[in-house]
Parts: sequence; structure tokens; C-alpha cells
Amino acid sequence: MNIIEVNGITKKFGKFTALDDIHFSVRKGEICGFIGPNGAGKSTTIRILLGMLKATKGTAKIFGMDVWKDAVEIHKRISYVPGDVNLWPNLTGGEVIDLFLKMRGNGNIKKRDELLKKFDLDPSKKCRTYSKGNRQKVALVAAFACDADLYILDEPTSGLDPLMEKVFQECILEAKKEGKSVFLSSHILSEVEKVCDQVVIIREGKIIETGSLEDMRHLTRNKITLQTKTPVPGLKDFPGVHSFAEENSRVTFQVDTEKLDEVIRHVSQFGILKLESVPPTLEDLFMRHYKTSKATDEGGAV
Amino acid sequence: MRKHLPGTGSILKLIFRQDRFKISVWLLCLILITISVAYAYPEVYKTEEDIMGFILTMQNPAMEAMLGPVYDANNPPVAAVFAHEMLLFTVIAAAIMNILLIGRSTRTDEEDGRLELLLSLPVGRLSHITAVMLEALILNALLAILTGAGLSAVQTNGITPESSFLYGSILGSAGFLFAAITALFAQLAKTSRGATGLSFTVLIISYIIRAIGDVSSEALSLISPLGWTVRTGVFIDNKWWPVILPLAIGIIITAVVFYLNQIRDLGGGFIPEMKGKTRASALLKTPLGFVFRMQRTNIIAWAIGMFLLSAAFGAILGDLEEYYADLDILQAFLAANPDYTLTEQFVAMLFVILSIISAIPVVMVVLKLKGEENKNRTEHIYSRAVSRTGMLASYMIMAIIVSIIMQTLTAVGLWATSYSILDQTLSLGKTLNAALVFLPAIWVLIALGIFLMGLFPKATSGIWLYFAFCFIVIYLGELLKFPDWLMNLSSFTHVPQLFVEEGDILSLTILTLLAILITIIGFIGYRKRDITG
Repeated sequence: MNIIEVNGITKKFGKFTALDDIHFSVRKGEICGFIGPNGAGKSTTIRILLGMLKATKGTAKIFGMDVWKDAVEIHKRISYVPGDVNLWPNLTGGEVIDLFLKMRGNGNIKKRDELLKKFDLDPSKKCRTYSKGNRQKVALVAAFACDADLYILDEPTSGLDPLMEKVFQECILEAKKEGKSVFLSSHILSEVEKVCDQVVIIREGKIIETGSLEDMRHLTRNKITLQTKTPVPGLKDFPGVHSFAEENSRVTFQVDTEKLDEVIRHVSQFGILKLESVPPTLEDLFMRHYKTSKATDEGGAV
Repeated sequence: MRKHLPGTGSILKLIFRQDRFKISVWLLCLILITISVAYAYPEVYKTEEDIMGFILTMQNPAMEAMLGPVYDANNPPVAAVFAHEMLLFTVIAAAIMNILLIGRSTRTDEEDGRLELLLSLPVGRLSHITAVMLEALILNALLAILTGAGLSAVQTNGITPESSFLYGSILGSAGFLFAAITALFAQLAKTSRGATGLSFTVLIISYIIRAIGDVSSEALSLISPLGWTVRTGVFIDNKWWPVILPLAIGIIITAVVFYLNQIRDLGGGFIPEMKGKTRASALLKTPLGFVFRMQRTNIIAWAIGMFLLSAAFGAILGDLEEYYADLDILQAFLAANPDYTLTEQFVAMLFVILSIISAIPVVMVVLKLKGEENKNRTEHIYSRAVSRTGMLASYMIMAIIVSIIMQTLTAVGLWATSYSILDQTLSLGKTLNAALVFLPAIWVLIALGIFLMGLFPKATSGIWLYFAFCFIVIYLGELLKFPDWLMNLSSFTHVPQLFVEEGDILSLTILTLLAILITIIGFIGYRKRDITG
């Protein structure tokens, strides 16, 4: 069952097309990473999902309900953490959290106090005195103290220290264990890699990749470090080999996943002394997509 | 000192670049209104009798409390009449301009983190505050010089180049004083709201002290900056000390500002913060309670201000009555409408002005929702189970409640103090009615605010232009001979002044229906539009 279903959403601001015919879905019990460079349309997508912006074209559904028309109904079952948390300077963190729980309904006071302790947040301070990280904690505590079926998180950890990031990851993994779904927009790729089952990559308002990390790794290159008894002639121009570099007797290169077998067969004839293969990280995927599109824009070869 | 100031010029440019629209609109409005009124006056007061008549109307405690003391001269020129009616309110407008602009350039920039960004660049510790004070200096010098130059080009009897520049300089020097006061509070208070709020408090207190002083004791008036500004005798005596005094005090305050700025931390202040609650109260958790809590200080401050202002006017009604009783000739002159007493005529006029002033906090309450959106805070609300209609309705209801509170306090304040003074007391019921009858006109302003927020969110603050228009129609409409259709565009024109007019149920009903209609359109627009934060 799909919790989020986005079908051909286009959003224009005047003449500018912020989102161009995007499609994706998030299944129940899944953590979906939503990544892309700044200005790609991540926050616009999220605001459409929250019913704050109206899509120019297309439909988006959460729990099978229309995100624009049934916004209030949907919001009773979701929790949202914005990327840039702006709070009321004259209220304390504790007051804001209570207020949010009341507006959302289903707030759990016991869980609130637990989370306050976990995130190490002083609720008696006025919001104007909070740092960015502390403001984010306020939003996170309010979000996870509710019993939600879907968590929509827009770069929720950009101001947190590594310790708090870990607490956050525990929170979403726990939510996943309870069968909840998470839609996580993030810049911190290692985090996405650690927790997400699926990623959606957006660039310049278009979805350029969706699927599980496993699926995507097939499409990409492994990084190989190799040392052989005798040098491998012509490896540089071997089909599927990229970014070839040679240093003393050691060579490093990238190889297309589907050509890996051929390449290894070939080099093994020359007596392998050392072979390291590193699977592509999300960062590589991301960088590659980013650079690829850039190169295409400039008319270069891929 | 050298090492504290690099970058001042660039910051100054940045400030003017940021505020160029606001600065131009403020200066243009102040200068153009001043010049056009000076230009129109000879048309209104053609003969010496006209001028004497005007002076007689002004020479009573009520009007002196409102506008300052009348010139002590035989045969004053028409320019003096102009100064008497316009000077004090123009000074107040110039002070408001300074409070808003300087408040924004100081504490607001600091609160929003822009100052931090600036200070991380190779600029000196004192560069920013120096640039702000230079901004104040330039702004007020422009106001003084342009007003002076503009006035001296007007061929009105009594206007000389010296007096024109004196008139401009009064505006400029008082403006600079309030700029310095705002900069001072921007060092003391930790929030921009605190800084501008305290500055406005000083302005209001100055006005009240001057009002009481002008009626009862000259010495009292001399402790209020606004008391000085009405004592130049501009266009007759042309005394310059009321220009030099605020300038000097402004410079002293500026020195204190520099000192405080240097010894305090970025983001810090001198008025301490208290530890807050860890739990939200039951009131805060209700939609209306939330809307109220966000603007509590503002609403309470305005409520007290409105009550004091009307009570001050109530207190002088007795003097007004006594004064007229002594002067047969004046009674003959002012008895334009023999059916009503002078007190009644004065109170009727007073309620128009007080009502439009109490519309300010009301409009502020409803516009707050747009401010919340600008600050990306509505997303917290609309991402939860709260409907747009519900939220907007909460702001609207709060605005309506505030309008009723303000008008009631205005009536009660005026009635309570006048009751203890007047021989022929006003009836509380009638006074209340005379104030509450303006509610539909205020509601039209709420409705227009909602309409703009719903359909033209970027032009929301345009509601203040309509507000300024209503104010100009009331204050200057007759004088500048606005055509009827223009006068009718102001919702306040259609409200009967109950002390001198019959109740007009029809126009009140139409105003209310109009307000409802505009509100509904605004709600529909608000439900359909994109929320940007």
C-alpha cells in the first residue's frame, strides 16, 4: 500500500517551473530519502504534500486522500519538521511543544518528556534564545511525541551535533519498527544511506532517479584499487573503465558495474597482488548525477 | 577610534538600499502634505476675521491640549495658523517615521541575524551603529531641508525663508531626537518589539505631558520634547532654541548609545530576561488564546494608551465649558449649530479621531497572520490539523474583540473623567453609543486587511495606505476641499456622529454588510492561495 503517491505534479511560480511533472511513491513502513541540490524543488514538493502550495498540475495523495482538499484530515495523522525552524520568540520551547501537540491532537505527554530528556533540551527557555539546533529539537520533540502514521522531515538534522543526529536516527528507526513511514529530505547522505530503504533524487524540478539503493548501485561504478605483478597493458582504454590513474605500480580506476566481471577476468591474468573494491556511496551517486546533468547542460559527453 | 569604523560607508549604503522605498514614501508624504496644506491655507482663511475666528476656536483648553498653545500675537499671519494646526501632528509623524526606520535598522537587523553576518565581514565594532546614526542624521536633515525649501517657495502670507527652514528644522530635530531614543532602547531591550514599543511609549507620554502642561502648567510642558516643538513661534517670533535643544539631547543620547553598544554583547541587552514556563497554559492552547498571547503586550499597551488619551480629553471638557461660558462673543461665533452644546460638538469630532486611532491596533491584530507567514511560522500551524479558515477566523474574531475593547475604553475614559468635571454630564449610554457606532467603519478596515491577505498577499501592508487616506480625509478633507466621491471612499465618512447627528441605521447596516462581503471574498482567496511559509 502506498502512503504517499505523487502523480505528475507540476508547480509553476509565474513563469518559473519549480517542479516539472514529478512522480514517486512511498510505501507503508518504508523510509524514503529525498535528496537533491539546493533549489532543486525539495521544499516545494514537501509544501505541496502538506497542502500549503497548490500544484499547477497533477495529483498528490497521502493515505489515499488529496493533499490539497483533505489537508486537515491528513494532518491529523502526520508529523512534520521543517528545515528552517522559526519559532515565536516570546514563547518558551515547552509552550511551543504543548501548543503543537494540541494543534495536532494525539500528543503523548509522557513521550514528550522522554524526548526532551533524550534530546537534552531545556523547555523553560524562550525561543529567541535557542540556537538553530535547539529550535530543530523543539520541532523534532513535537513531531515524535505524536502518534503519527507518516513523518515528513525536511532536512531535520542540519543543525544537530553528531550525538543528537544519532538520537534522531534512533527515533526514525523506532518509528519504522512500529510500521510507520518516513519521508526524509536530507543533505546528509551518510544518514540517508544508513536509514533509508528507498531514495528519490530530484534536480532542477525533475525526478532523475528513484529506487532502492541496491537498484541504483547496479547503475553505477565501483571504485577499484589494484596492484599486479606485471603491468596491465591497455587497461586505461578497456571498455567500462573510467577515471584511470596510475601511481607507481598501483592503479586506481572506476568500473561500470555490468563490466566488472570482464575487467576482473582480464586483470587476473597479470597476477593480482592487491585488489580493493569499494561499492559506490550515495555521495558518489549523487555527485555523479549532479555532474552528469551539468555536463549534459554544457554539451559534454557523459 | 579608527579601527572601530571601517565599512561604515558600505553599511550606510546597504541601509539606504534596504529601506529606500520606505524612506522615500515617508519623506514624500510628510513634505508634500506640509507644502500642499500651506498652499491651501490662504484659500481657507481669506480675511483677518477668518483668522481671528480660527484663533478664537483654538483658544480653548481642549484644542490647546490637542494641538498646543495658540500664538500670543495680534493679527497673526495665515502661516502661523497653518503652523498651529499642522506642526505638532507632523512632528509626531516624523517621530513615528524615525522610530520605525531606526528600530528596523538596529534591533530588527540584530534579531534576524543580519547584523551578525555584517560583523563577520571586515567592518569595525562601531561601524554599524555609526552608520545607523548617520542614517538618522541624513534622513532628518533631508526632511528639514526639503520641507524648508518647499515651504519657502509657497506664497503664503507670513512665510519667510528663515521661518520655512525653522519649520523644517523643528521636524528634523525632533525626528533626530526620537531616532536617538529608539537607538538607545535598541541597546537596552533585547527584542525589536521591546525597542520600538518603549520608544512609542516615550512618544505617547511626551504627548500626554505636553497636553496636560499646555492646559495647566507651562513648566510641565517644558519637560516634554513635544512641548518644545510648539514653542518656537514659527512664522512670528522664529525662536531657534526648540530646534537646538532636541538636537543637543539627541547627540548626548547618541554618545550613550555608542558607549552601551560597545560594552554589550551581540544579541544582548540590559533589560534582563526571565525564566519561562515549561508547560503551555490552557489558554495558550486554544486558537483565540494563541492569537491573543502572541499580541498580548501590544493589545494591552494600546488599550491603556487609548484609555489615557480619551481620559485626558475628558479631563479638559470642563475647562472647555467654563471657558466658553465666559465669552459671549465666542458662543455667538461657534454656535453654528444651536441645537447642540459646544461640548457635544467637540465630543462628536473627538470620537471620529479617536476611532480612527483605535483602528490601528485592530488592523495590526489581523495583519499579524501575514507577519507570521512572512516569518515562516504558519507552516507549523498548517502542517498540523488546523484549517486555514479556522486560523484566519481566529485572527478576525480577535480583531473584532479588540475593536470593541478599544472603542469601549475610549468612551469610558472620556466619560469617566468628564463626569467628575462637567456640570451637565454626558450620559454614559450616549457616549458609549457614539463610540461603538464607529465599529462598522473599523470592521471595513479589518475586512480589507483580510481581503488583501487572501487575494494580494504581497500588497497586504497596502491597508495602511487606505488607513492613511481615511485619516487624511477626516483631518484635511474639508480643508483641501476633497470632492464628495473621494470623501465617501473613507468608511469613516459614513458613520453618524451621534452627539450632533441622528443615528443612521441604514448606512451602518450597509457598512457592516460591505465588511462581511469583503471578508468572505478574502476568506475564499486565503483558502485557495499558496502559503509561502
